[in-house]
Amino acid sequence: MEANKNYIVGVFEDEDVLLDAVTTVRNSGVKIHEVYSPFPVHGLETALGYKRSRLPIAAFFFGLTGTTLALTMQIWMLGFDWPMIIGGKNFVSLPPFIPVTFELTVLLAALGMVATFMIVSDMKPYKWPQQFDVRSTDDKHVMAIDLATNSGKTTDDLSSLLKKVGASEVNLKSFE
Amino acid sequence: MAVTSAVRDPLITGGKTVGDVSHDISRHVENKPTRSWYLAMAISLVLFAYGLYCVCTVLWQGIGMWGLNKTVGWAWDITNFVWWVGIGHAGTLISAILLLFRQRWRMSINRAAEAMTIFAVICAATFPLIHMGRLWLGFYWALPLPNTFGSLWTNFNSPLLWDVFAISTYFTVSLVFWYIGLIPDFATIRDRAVRQGKKVRAIVYNTLSFGWQGGAKTWMRYEAVALILAGLSTPLVLSVHTIVSMDFATSVIPGWHTTIFPPYFVAGAIFSGFAMVLTLLLITRALFKLEDYITIYHIELMNIIIIVTGSIVGVAYITELFISWYSGVEYEGYAFYNRVSGPYAWSYWSMMTCNVISPQLFWIKKIRTSIVATFVLSIIVNIGMWFERFVIIVTSLHRDYVPSSWTMFHPTMYDIGEYVFTFGLFFSAFLLFAKFFPVINMAEVKSIVKSTSEGTQGTPREVDQTRH
Repeated sequence: MEANKNYIVGVFEDEDVLLDAVTTVRNSGVKIHEVYSPFPVHGLETALGYKRSRLPIAAFFFGLTGTTLALTMQIWMLGFDWPMIIGGKNFVSLPPFIPVTFELTVLLAALGMVATFMIVSDMKPYKWPQQFDVRSTDDKHVMAIDLATNSGKTTDDLSSLLKKVGASEVNLKSFE
Repeated sequence: MAVTSAVRDPLITGGKTVGDVSHDISRHVENKPTRSWYLAMAISLVLFAYGLYCVCTVLWQGIGMWGLNKTVGWAWDITNFVWWVGIGHAGTLISAILLLFRQRWRMSINRAAEAMTIFAVICAATFPLIHMGRLWLGFYWALPLPNTFGSLWTNFNSPLLWDVFAISTYFTVSLVFWYIGLIPDFATIRDRAVRQGKKVRAIVYNTLSFGWQGGAKTWMRYEAVALILAGLSTPLVLSVHTIVSMDFATSVIPGWHTTIFPPYFVAGAIFSGFAMVLTLLLITRALFKLEDYITIYHIELMNIIIIVTGSIVGVAYITELFISWYSGVEYEGYAFYNRVSGPYAWSYWSMMTCNVISPQLFWIKKIRTSIVATFVLSIIVNIGMWFERFVIIVTSLHRDYVPSSWTMFHPTMYDIGEYVFTFGLFFSAFLLFAKFFPVINMAEVKSIVKSTSEGTQGTPREVDQTRH
């Protein structure tokens, strides 16, 4: 059996207090495990030092796949596999192929990006999340600090630090 | 960085806190439905059952049960199809285009509007599917699948096939966009269920929420996804009604063969969609007591969009009339002369009154901030938009090039029954949504509670608008 994972959890009421708290806590050399919020707090990702998400790039390449797939399909089907004269046009006439190409580009970009998002964020229907505080989807912002990655600090140090930066509650939470 | 104006009306009234938002919206999911909900559901199911009987009869006997004849080969089926697709457009406009424009008033209404989009597109899709007659062969006819006829492929030059791709892509992307928005709110309901000790509900909503936790990193990715989906949905929604209009515009029928159709159809779609959003939201707001979230200010803003799009539609009608005369084409001229003064003139003038004249009443502030007036006008606009499609389709067909084949269209109970079917489907789906899903996007509304709720008026706060 793996040893218990211990976290110290600070509960914040207000997003502006939280933003300042994140900066202060990180500046004092403490590594934050993650901050959980009921809604997106703008500026939190920069305060936590996260890099910009590369999901838009993924979306672009999924879209490009859609474009290629749609054009190849239409050109091959109507131009080579079973050529037919329709309205006296060329077998391969690009303008009428644009609508389907556009739709498939959008479809693949959207589905591919969302699937990537779910995979990288480890979202699964059967997964029960590690909840530090159930109120973090209601009205509280929750900062979790892993005790193992902050071995230089004692629990008391961290707890008084969290209190100082404005946490309304400080709790200990362990997971098996 | 921008400062939220102190002059603007508050978007959320009643001095709500973040916790109040969770409570006010989630309790409809947690409590037993009200008596009015059961009553509405019963009526919807009766409509649905009657409609289902008509649909099954048509599928069994064939589409000869409809009132179509050899001159008027398209009538109520395609009218209803275009009408429902158009209604769907408002949901995407609110959730995608208003997101790109950073209009924060969208946040209280986008969830219900997107649900409306999804149900409206399902209703729309039933018409072409049933019109195929042999529904079960539809896969081979509509999708490029190899088949027993020697891999004869679908015709990619046809706007009807473009429609298949446009509508199915639109449906899928709207569904995904809507669902992504629902995920954090499902997690809120799950965690409330955990605290209330409701195990089953917690498990169900956890499954629906994909184990959402709301970490800062996930939120960051989530916002990137929402922004890109909005960016993809914006051209998508414009393309859908453009392609629907091409079902007509690429033909050579007088009255259909015009380049004005795509923008005119898109404006009409948004116009009718906002009217339907208002009809639904005014009922939902009253039933669920959401007056603090969907305020008079929201209603007024939607009415302003109705004035704008209604005026665009009006200009398009007049342009059509002018061009039919100015073009000097005899057939084109006759098609419009027949619309204005022929046997279907009553439908043309109903359309003109409902779509062009009635929304102009919203210039008067008293009318656009009145709930009763808005409700009545929203229904009038939807009647008008149904007539618009009927006028375009039936009046262009019923008097074709050979006067000996001129005739009128008379709907049968099966034409009507199928329209009733979609109403039953639409309202029962919407009622189920309103009961089991949070009708307002809690996470988004929570993010604006602090900066735009009533309590903070007069103390403008800096808001980062570089991210939505």
